Amino acid sequence: MLLETRDLTANYGQFRALFGVNITVAAGECVAIIGANGAGKSTLMRSITGVIRNEAAMVLHRGEPIGALSSAEIMKRGIAMVPEGRRLFASLSVEENLLIGGQARKAPGPWGLEAVYELFPILRERRKNPGTALSGGQQQMVAIGRALMSNPELLLCDEISLGLAPVVIRDIYAALPKIREGGAAIVLVEQDIGKALAVADRVYCMMEGRVTLVAKAAEVTREEIHSAYFGVAA
Amino acid sequence: MIWLDTLVQGMLLGGLYALFAAGLSLVFGIMRLVNLAHGDLIVFAAYLVLMGVTLLGLSPWVAAVIAMPVMFTLGWLLQAAVLNRVLGKDILPPLLVTFGLSVAVQNGLLEAFSADSRRIPAGALEGASLDLGLVTLGVMPLMTFVSAILAIVALNGLFYHTALGRAFRATSDDAVTAGLMGIEPKRVFAVATGIAMVVVTLAALYLGMRANFDPSIGPARLIYAFEAVIIGGLGSLWGTLAGGIIIGVAQTAGAAVNPEWQILVGHIAFLVVMLLKPRGLFPRAVD
Repeated sequence: MLLETRDLTANYGQFRALFGVNITVAAGECVAIIGANGAGKSTLMRSITGVIRNEAAMVLHRGEPIGALSSAEIMKRGIAMVPEGRRLFASLSVEENLLIGGQARKAPGPWGLEAVYELFPILRERRKNPGTALSGGQQQMVAIGRALMSNPELLLCDEISLGLAPVVIRDIYAALPKIREGGAAIVLVEQDIGKALAVADRVYCMMEGRVTLVAKAAEVTREEIHSAYFGVAA
Repeated sequence: MIWLDTLVQGMLLGGLYALFAAGLSLVFGIMRLVNLAHGDLIVFAAYLVLMGVTLLGLSPWVAAVIAMPVMFTLGWLLQAAVLNRVLGKDILPPLLVTFGLSVAVQNGLLEAFSADSRRIPAGALEGASLDLGLVTLGVMPLMTFVSAILAIVALNGLFYHTALGRAFRATSDDAVTAGLMGIEPKRVFAVATGIAMVVVTLAALYLGMRANFDPSIGPARLIYAFEAVIIGGLGSLWGTLAGGIIIGVAQTAGAAVNPEWQILVGHIAFLVVMLLKPRGLFPRAVD
């Protein structure tokens, strides 16, 4: 298994945000994690990427415990993150933002500056601009491109459609199949259930720090999602 | 033409202050750390160069080149072993720790070298000057100024045109996200402090060749450096040079009116800039 969490718990001080979360992601798979605000989706991402440190055995990469590693060590193993809110580096140009994504991990693969510019051609035109001077959608493209630059095995996308116009979201989602063709598995954290189910193989639904549903995206029913999302039957 | 001479001599003095300040500016720009021991580390490096000259018989330049990697290593270790542990949202712990370090370095130097004033012998350069007609330039102040500009060009080149510089800026912007890019902020900080100590060694070389020094003069160098950084705008290296020049010119102008006013007018210039531009002349850092 490419990535696995085992009874993953996470706390913010006295407040427990995750209660024994178990998820798996196979190589090349696209997994959606849906849930309302405060369900623990972003905390799960922060735990997997080492922003929140855990017990080592709570997060496994190819069977090896990585839960206690730093963000940088986890990234170097091939787990790249598109963080919520894009979080581009304000002092860096668009091109520098992309370059820094591939600076610490030099892995062979389809992604490099040219490939990212082909995926999002607008970024080539804007490459000298400060990253934060771009529109929200373009910033999201930079954030995705930046994560791809390390040729990750696993791409974690946290709320990539949040705050963007529908037409922009369409463009961003259009890139996901091309990213999968490159071989990366994708974990998609989303509030937009329809978008997530359209591209994912499997879906996890979370509520109040627990996984309430695991299903194949093509087979899950509206009622099942409603029940898992809100905790009440439709 | 006294005013022209005052202006030029002040600018050259500003070069020395910019050298004092460049390392401080670099470290502050990257990790928002104000190192209160910066001036004492300059004095420490001056003693290191002096030992190379007096004990090993080296020229000051060779002694400084040898001292640079030593100071880089000390800076790296200081950051990795001590300062990284206290960096965080609260700015007080690093201030207290570097204040303590300042006291420790001063007392260590006092123990090792006594309170006697020392000077790094520079031979014929000490009194050499260039007569340009309207003004006469000391060769040593001129070399200090040129070194300051070269140091700032080199640091800017490193900062804006290398992968390491990209990591510096990214970590300065957002250390958590830099971690997600595979960058270890603490390692970046250690390298930055190491580089700052290399610049400190260059500053120490000129400090020691131009004037007498003793273990107690570090804090005053820190104040000039700190004022230069603040005047220039936090995190801007060229701004730091401008800040150094403003203090240097103000001090020289003050001294031209009345020698007792030299230091006072430098500090007043700092206060005036703070009144007019509270964030400094060329601020790079947002916070």
